[in-house]
Amino acid sequence: MIKRRKWIREALFLFLLLLSAAFLAPVFIVLYNSFKGQFFISSAPFAFPNAQTFSGLKNYFNGVEKIRFFQAFGYSLFITVFSVAAIVLFTSMAAWYLVRVKSWFTNMLYYLFVFSMIVPFQMVMFTMSKTINVLRLDNPVGLIAVYLGFGSGLSVFMFSGFIKSVPLEIEEAAVIDGSGPVQTFFQIVFPILQPTAITVAILNTMWIWNDYLLPYLSIGNKYRTIPVAVQYLQGGYGSRDMGALMAMLILAIIPIVVFYLFCQKYIIRGVVAGAVKG
Amino acid sequence: MDKTLKKYFPLFLLPALAAFLIAFFIPFLLGLYLSFTEFTTVSNAQWVGLRNYVRAFSSNRDFLNALWFTVRFTVVSVITVNVLAFALALALTRDIRGTNLFRTIFFMPNLIGGIVLGYIWQLIINGVLMNFGVDITFSAKYGFWGLVILMNWQMIGYMMIIYIAGIQNIPGELIEAAAIDGASPFQTLYHVTIPMVASSTTICTFLTLTNSFKLFDQNLALTAGAPGRESAMLALDIYNTFYGRMGYEGVGQAKAVIFFLMVAVIAFAQLFLTRSKEVER
Repeated sequence: MIKRRKWIREALFLFLLLLSAAFLAPVFIVLYNSFKGQFFISSAPFAFPNAQTFSGLKNYFNGVEKIRFFQAFGYSLFITVFSVAAIVLFTSMAAWYLVRVKSWFTNMLYYLFVFSMIVPFQMVMFTMSKTINVLRLDNPVGLIAVYLGFGSGLSVFMFSGFIKSVPLEIEEAAVIDGSGPVQTFFQIVFPILQPTAITVAILNTMWIWNDYLLPYLSIGNKYRTIPVAVQYLQGGYGSRDMGALMAMLILAIIPIVVFYLFCQKYIIRGVVAGAVKG
Repeated sequence: MDKTLKKYFPLFLLPALAAFLIAFFIPFLLGLYLSFTEFTTVSNAQWVGLRNYVRAFSSNRDFLNALWFTVRFTVVSVITVNVLAFALALALTRDIRGTNLFRTIFFMPNLIGGIVLGYIWQLIINGVLMNFGVDITFSAKYGFWGLVILMNWQMIGYMMIIYIAGIQNIPGELIEAAAIDGASPFQTLYHVTIPMVASSTTICTFLTLTNSFKLFDQNLALTAGAPGRESAMLALDIYNTFYGRMGYEGVGQAKAVIFFLMVAVIAFAQLFLTRSKEVER
């Protein structure tokens, strides 16, 4: 019996090992194709580079120049970091206000925020990009406000859920000690909210960093984020440069993998918490 | 506290609320209104009643075609992703070497954006189909199964993590008790494990359901609807209707409203199901 169990375990381990290799294979194939001359990619995508097809870093230089990758990286980083910071700060403040000030108005606003979570982007796609144009929010700074608005539904919902479980006595004690709402929030409430803040930050980072349609429609012709820049390679002008595409896919993946390896614990925890509440 | 805090409305609530009104609420109401009008820019809207809703279905077969494609895709993805993710979760909660590394690897694709995912799989699928002298734009069937494979690659790891959390929450005594009563591994799985992770199953089903139903980026990058518009899903069809040709903006907005209502029905079904389960407990 025990021998059989051990045998099953070894078989399972071997199977999982093969499966992991299969999971990594697509990225690996793109990686070695990125070192092949562009005409050797479509014709034999699974062949390793050889002396004839190897093109060194040429695809990378080509691609970076074509889509101005580092500029795109800068826009993506700027928009993601400041949008996420704005979302965490302002939606936690809003959620605290909505939970602690009880009236028909705050109640209605809470349900409005929750309601926005179920509305798909396509519903507001056209009118939102028009509004952004009219209000001159069509630049990276303006987009931060847009992400704050469109991301506030889920974030207010998650913060509210947590704040409801925080005992009121803690805050009342602070008030008796003479601290006003601003002090109470930043010194007492916000530190307690930290686990939820991390979850909110992770979920919004994954969304905003990878978002394509919103930045494309609102600022896409002037400022290209990474997903917009990658899609731009597909471009209108006939044949596309497969070499540059492969290289840019790799450059687009690297920041995500680095982020994942450093914050894996938080990402997985955040994703589970977000799924359970969302 | 209540009253002092109330005065701080401009500081605490206003920033998020103002952004919410600009980015979501006003565009939402405006979109609802525009679906009953004909317009090219927002300012020249003319009331046409329900005509856009009729034209969404009658002007061509694109919308119905996209709806049917989306429904089939969603059903196949929900089943495959959940079955495979649950199987992986079962394997990875056993006492074997390297479970942490395996989890890390299986989850990774979930973090890659839809556009990048689409182009990665376009290369692979075209590489395989090349042996048969075709590519992914040859038939909507290829696009369909390509999207299913892509979706599985992206979502399995995510759902696996949620199932693992569910399995780890099962009290060890329950499994032991089943073993003492002489239950076979299969019986334990069927009568103990599966019922005990029911809430994870509900969460995962709805997550894959809404994610599949609303899929856009992957669809755009992998096939962009080719051949013709046969492999376009609902979100892509709405996008094409808006930006594909002049004079159809109202129809696009009407399609978007219908799309929104379908997503809302799914969301309410989920709310209802989770609520009724919570009452049982």
